[in-house]
Amino acid sequence: MDGSNSIETQGLGRVYKIRNPGKKEARTLTALEGVDLQIQRGELFGILGPNGAGKTTLIKILTTLLSPTHGTAHVAGFDVTKDPENVRSRINMVSGGESSGYGLLTVRENLWMFAQFYGIPSKEANERIKTLLKIVGIEDRANTRSSSLSTGLRQKMNIVRGFLTDPEILFLDEPTLGLDVGASRSVRDFIRRWMDENHQRTLLLTTHYMVEAEELCDRVAIINKGKLLACGTPASLKQSQQREAIFQIDLDSPKSLEVSVFEQLAGVNMVKLHDEEGKTVMDLALSEEAVLANVIAAATTQGAQIITLQKREPTLEDVFVRLVGQRMEEVEHGNDASPD
Amino acid sequence: MAMMLPPIKNRQTGWRLFLMTVIGRSYPRVVGMQRELSWIFFDTFLPMLGVVAYVFVYRAIKAPEDYVGFVVVGGAMMAYWMNVLWSMSSQLYWEKETGNLALYIISPGPMMGILLGMAMGGLFATTLRALGIVILGSLFFQVHYVIVSFWQLFLVFFLTMVALYGLGMMTASLYLLLSREAYHLSNLAQEPIFLISGFYFPIKSFPAWVPFVGSIIPLTMGMDAMRQLAFASGPSLGWISVKLELIGLVVLSVLFLVSARVLLDYMERLAVREGRLTESRA
Repeated sequence: MDGSNSIETQGLGRVYKIRNPGKKEARTLTALEGVDLQIQRGELFGILGPNGAGKTTLIKILTTLLSPTHGTAHVAGFDVTKDPENVRSRINMVSGGESSGYGLLTVRENLWMFAQFYGIPSKEANERIKTLLKIVGIEDRANTRSSSLSTGLRQKMNIVRGFLTDPEILFLDEPTLGLDVGASRSVRDFIRRWMDENHQRTLLLTTHYMVEAEELCDRVAIINKGKLLACGTPASLKQSQQREAIFQIDLDSPKSLEVSVFEQLAGVNMVKLHDEEGKTVMDLALSEEAVLANVIAAATTQGAQIITLQKREPTLEDVFVRLVGQRMEEVEHGNDASPD
Repeated sequence: MAMMLPPIKNRQTGWRLFLMTVIGRSYPRVVGMQRELSWIFFDTFLPMLGVVAYVFVYRAIKAPEDYVGFVVVGGAMMAYWMNVLWSMSSQLYWEKETGNLALYIISPGPMMGILLGMAMGGLFATTLRALGIVILGSLFFQVHYVIVSFWQLFLVFFLTMVALYGLGMMTASLYLLLSREAYHLSNLAQEPIFLISGFYFPIKSFPAWVPFVGSIIPLTMGMDAMRQLAFASGPSLGWISVKLELIGLVVLSVLFLVSARVLLDYMERLAVREGRLTESRA
């Protein structure tokens, strides 16, 4: 393993065996397949993918909670399967929507308890808890029982628990899940400040929010159906789409548009249609701007009228659509209760 | 820019970390469990009703008066059995359901420290309840104690608790893999143990093989020895000598604690392999 890498995986995979009641043979489910990753020390690395893509399975393996069925994974230079103790003393993890701790204890007491498991003396732990609660804006809730906290406040407590132990490598699994816009923003600000403060820290964040990955991460890996599809800086991933002209057209259409009509047009690399607030939204990736005239003609032939037309810079959403062939929400709707 | 958080200066490892883990995990039980004062009613008053019923039966049939004391001791010890059964054995399963187990596993604090903390906290909290039952029962029914040796009595109690909570630590690992079945297993174990361990009567009343089988639960020998050391008629109603029971309790303590350690390591490896630490699958 390269000494500058905090996390490294090679051909990492996990297959679950699921027993079918009444049947002899167990069903298998591939949650992760052939994942190769190198995350450098000091990096804020994002794993972007829909629910059920394999993000949480990856985090479970890297945090020693689940053994891989294929390949290897090293965290802080230690093999997660052969040397889990050395990995555990260097990491921490926070998951979105977790309900850890004990409801009968106050916020401060819960955090103090977890600090004890990391060998942080009480005086130091209490000082750190006070500082962190102030940073995330819940210092007035220090003596509130955690059972009385709202989802957002509870998640802030969980976030504090992750940072409290000053881990070398921190895993955040959907950290802003269930938080309102303001709370999400303050959590993201804090994450960025924490990383900027010490360049020896590494943070791996999974999310299915494009804006979160784009705003926070130094590099992003896009994952779907257990496979790593692309990896790079948000800018480089978006740049891969730059050679195409990206348009969004809002249409007023009396009937459903035939997507195949547009797909057959020369120069149309990608077309997606979805309904939004009573209008039809068409996302287009064209090989050159001149193709747009043919697209408009095809739309008007089907009786649609253009409300707005916008040329825009590519986003991570475009990268995702290009790689997967569907928008993130469409993939999530199509996924059943497979492991994430 | 000022540092948001300075690095941790005195991070502890080794036995200090183990001790901190024990204290940390016992805290919710030592402090948290006392916050809901309903325990006074549910954990002290309600068990007293069972004690009262037996006392009236014994008095109605004019049984020796020490039997009343036996019942009070049995009622107090029952609190420990219930605690081990419902708050130790099935605890890791519940910790898994709430998401705490994953956090315990990935922390550098040893899992044996977590289990020991659960046991110590449970022991403390239950002792408050057991003391309530002993004090109320003794005052209400005017129980007459004749303590032969306070230190021997304390030693028997101490070893009974070590063996009992060692059993709880061992079964906690087993229950981890049983998931929801653990709940049924606890239900199944609850009532028969009341009978074969002699919670409300001298175990000598049974044929010899019954207390022998029942001795797998440390309370069987523990209660018998405590009754022999605390009541005038205790020695004549005792099953085997206190000395033998002390040896038996030492053997059980070592057996259960070592098994707890071995099983915990094994179950953790198995659970990581099969993906059962965070979800019921495979």
